[in-house]
Amino acid sequence: MKVVVDRDKCADHGQCVFAAPEVFQLDPDGKLVYEAGELDEGLRDRVEEAADVCPLQAITVED
Amino acid sequence: MGGQRVVVAGASLGGLRAAEGLRAAGFAGEIVVVGDEPHLPYNRPPLSKEALAGDVPFSSLEFRRRKSVDDVVWRLGTPVAEASLTTREVVLADGSVLAFDGLVVATGLRVRRLTLPAPEGGRHAVRTLEDAAALRADLRPGARVVVIGAGFIGCEVAATAVGLGCQVAVVAPEEVPMQRPLGLEVGGAMRRRHEAHGVRLHLGRLPAHVEPAQTDGTRVGAVVLDDGARLPADVVVEALGCVPNTDFLASTPLDIGDGVRTDGWLRALDVDGVARPDVVAVGDVARFPNALVDDVPRRVEHWSIPTDTARRAAPALVAGLSGGELDPAPFAPVPSFWSDQYGQRLQSFGSLGIADSVRLLEGDLDAEFVAGYEREGVLVGAVGVGLMPALLALRGQIAASLQPS
Repeated sequence: MKVVVDRDKCADHGQCVFAAPEVFQLDPDGKLVYEAGELDEGLRDRVEEAADVCPLQAITVED
Repeated sequence: MGGQRVVVAGASLGGLRAAEGLRAAGFAGEIVVVGDEPHLPYNRPPLSKEALAGDVPFSSLEFRRRKSVDDVVWRLGTPVAEASLTTREVVLADGSVLAFDGLVVATGLRVRRLTLPAPEGGRHAVRTLEDAAALRADLRPGARVVVIGAGFIGCEVAATAVGLGCQVAVVAPEEVPMQRPLGLEVGGAMRRRHEAHGVRLHLGRLPAHVEPAQTDGTRVGAVVLDDGARLPADVVVEALGCVPNTDFLASTPLDIGDGVRTDGWLRALDVDGVARPDVVAVGDVARFPNALVDDVPRRVEHWSIPTDTARRAAPALVAGLSGGELDPAPFAPVPSFWSDQYGQRLQSFGSLGIADSVRLLEGDLDAEFVAGYEREGVLVGAVGVGLMPALLALRGQIAASLQPS
């Protein structure tokens, strides 16, 4: 499982950070950074949650 | 439960999240989602912002749907016209009848329109994709736009129209834009922001009548205010707020005084205050208590609410249909909203409405800032423009000080 963030859509709301802090963070300037590599299956619920709560719907979960 | 059917009335975010929540809660029966619009669930906030500005295409707004709802039946383009809790049936506007074991009310809101006599041409509201596309076509550079209403939608449309080169005036009865959610201090700062971008604000005023255009009587020409001011208008945007879509429940015993009144599990209450095990309401049509705030049921028109309420309501409905247990934890979602205006985002966490004072915590109200909303000296909410890391850092503190009651 991987996540892809559409940078054209992302507006750094940070809702994903609350949902899955293991995967998504905001840097000191408030810009999104995230783990782009293969993710542990145990994170799936939180990653799906992060994709759901993204106000810009910028997050895709890929298998 | 395999042979049971849940009908979800409403095919926007709340309806989608309810369907996903039912599957997550183990409901294996049939789910039919009925919606009045012809579209699969799509994201509405961009309709007054990025999509209206033309920065993202309208076609890109459809929500991601979880795989768990691949087998859901979508009945789109036909609203539910009537529901009976006695026969457990809904009748759709096309006359077809659907029996149900459980009902999710996710019908959302519809826009309030001007009650003044006025030509149709040039008048707009913003709720649906089609609304936004029609407004977009009228927001030509130089167009004179009068926005009636200074809530979030009115302010966002004003800012977007300025960005498209329109001449914009805003008319509203409040003292400052977004006064009810933000209060006078931060609302006043937003007023200065609009003025700095050339928007003429007519606050404390109401429209008295609308004149047709002299060249074309089918189109608006001017809005005349209650103080006699005459605002020439090629476009009038009616951002007057919304009313809940509950007419289809009129013959049921449910309390639909202002949306569907529910308990803390989003179970619909009848007029005697008794919870139905087979009917839940989600999203901005639901009037629910938030234990983080108090025990007063309220409708909340924030984007996060359909998801929060559907997650709570779906297991409660499954419990009601199967005789299972309700989640004993209180329902206490952290309120949150945002608004994009002039390329900057205003973001809020917590419960601003219960605060008794507002204090600037960081920055400058006329640039980037974080303002704290306090009740008896305790931080219960915060609003910021820019400075997101500082604002996000307060979210945990706010959630902790707003203890579930």
